[in-house]
Amino acid sequence: MAPTKYYHSVQLNREKCQGCVSCVKLCPTEAIRVRNGKAEILADRCVDCGACASGCPYHAFSVKTDTLEGLSKYVYNIVLPAPSLYSQFPANVPLEDIWKGLHNLGFDEIFDVSLASEYVAKEIETYLKNYTGGRKPLISSTCPAVMRLIQVKFPELIKQVVPVLAPVEAAAIYVKREAAARKQLSTELIGVWFISPCPSKETNIRQSVDVQHTELTGSFSLSEIYGLLLKNMGGSHELNVRTGSSYGLAWGTYGGELASAGISNGLAIHGIDNVYEILEQISMNKMPQLDYVECNACQGGCLGGLLTAENKFVAESNLRQRIRKLREQEPKDRQETMARTMVLQDFPASAAYRKKLVPRPMMQLDDDIMEAMKKFERMEEVLCSLPGLDCGACGAPSCQGLAEDIVQGKAHEIDCIFKLRASVHKLSQGMLELAKQIPIYHEPKMLNNTEDEDHEG
Amino acid sequence: MSENKSVKLAFDCAGGDFERAGEASSKIKKMLQRLGIPADCVRRIAIGTYEAEMNVIIHAGGGNVAAEVFPDTTVITVTDKGPGIPDINKALQEGWSTAPDYVRQMGFGAGMGLPNMQKCSDEFDIQSQVGVGTTIVMKFKHQSEDL
Repeated sequence: MAPTKYYHSVQLNREKCQGCVSCVKLCPTEAIRVRNGKAEILADRCVDCGACASGCPYHAFSVKTDTLEGLSKYVYNIVLPAPSLYSQFPANVPLEDIWKGLHNLGFDEIFDVSLASEYVAKEIETYLKNYTGGRKPLISSTCPAVMRLIQVKFPELIKQVVPVLAPVEAAAIYVKREAAARKQLSTELIGVWFISPCPSKETNIRQSVDVQHTELTGSFSLSEIYGLLLKNMGGSHELNVRTGSSYGLAWGTYGGELASAGISNGLAIHGIDNVYEILEQISMNKMPQLDYVECNACQGGCLGGLLTAENKFVAESNLRQRIRKLREQEPKDRQETMARTMVLQDFPASAAYRKKLVPRPMMQLDDDIMEAMKKFERMEEVLCSLPGLDCGACGAPSCQGLAEDIVQGKAHEIDCIFKLRASVHKLSQGMLELAKQIPIYHEPKMLNNTEDEDHEG
Repeated sequence: MSENKSVKLAFDCAGGDFERAGEASSKIKKMLQRLGIPADCVRRIAIGTYEAEMNVIIHAGGGNVAAEVFPDTTVITVTDKGPGIPDINKALQEGWSTAPDYVRQMGFGAGMGLPNMQKCSDEFDIQSQVGVGTTIVMKFKHQSEDL
């Protein structure tokens, strides 16, 4: 089987990298090594969570996104803003002003991701209701970084992932088809764009984990659009917008998915380390009484994404205020509220478009078990000989990581500075011993300058 | 000859140490992943081992969790010098539990431990003597087959 080549929107600028090991330590999948003084991302392990970029003191990581120039290639452009965009603005800024700003930037139509979230929430609710006999809790599938984490570190949990599309993908499938019919245009002439709060969603457009074929044309960095909107908001543009209820809007922050799917026996986990910990516990069946676990890789949910502009706590407050205001105008009942906005004809069902999540095991030492066993034993031996300080100076995240690299032939024992010191110490002691044992027969003469020149000439 | 090759890992677990509960199972799980054991099988072993580890922590005041991995089988052996189980058949019934209230409140001791271990493993053996201790041996075949 040919190895898959993984695309990553998180990219390293080698000039800016100083070879410190901040990123190596932060990476949840041990996907970074510092070699020859520069960081290196191991493509088959990276899950595009952006932890490295957010913790780099030299800002050496960047995220590859699209630019607005791309709009000119299409006849009709539709933008899919997510609640994370609205969270960047105080709740008293009218959504109309933000929408007009998006029109001013060149988008012909606005379709809120939050509206699609409500359809996905409904699917989750139904799936959970009909789920009998399988292991619990079910795990939400909306954060692509979490999906990738499951692929590389917890493949045994794939069966517990809810098989629904990410709302943005469902929105794109619906709106492209619908607009093509409405506008009498070929789908190739319609651009469908996402405003992304994070690198993992950007990567998902290029190499999706959930959808067989994405209908998204590209995505922009949320912070870039935010900057442009500040200068282009308001105006007199006629609005062409479809938007959801407060329940869809709530998906922007943690707990929103549970609330809109009506799940009371669930947990909302956010922050990649917290997600890691809960997945580890689920994999040992530690919480079988729980129905559902909503997982977001970023602290604070999507509002904490790497590409956001506003502080995540301020953004959360902004969004929660907006949700509260909206809820005041809505019916008390959740089902009734969602039924008012979910009136689209033929919204796509996930089952027809979803791709099966496949394992991407990265832990395996060797394809052949006998070889793997030998390497494991050797790794344990090497690990015993290392200091166990996990200092990272060797460029691997831990002594365990270095031991693994050594048995895989990717590193050397003296990459460990303590090993190097010990071996320098031993060498110099040996030389000292040698110096004592070897008699000096004659004193070396001073070199003659002219002779030296003769040699060179 | 080579088929008898194995790798081993063993851990001591302290009684009542809920903070570190699951550490042994977690490390054993990582070893199995490094060796390339199929994911479904890793899952069964992790669940069985975790149940046994918890039993040792809750009931036995500590013990030892050991894993031996052969090319086609993994053997988990869990031993303790705890109070022992007077009636093993009873303990193997679903829902039967002697866990104190405070442990149940924490979500443990639902009486599913031993039945779960039996369900997860391909071979299950339990030896127990009151006042001496308990030894559980679970064997798992490395086929990629789900429960």
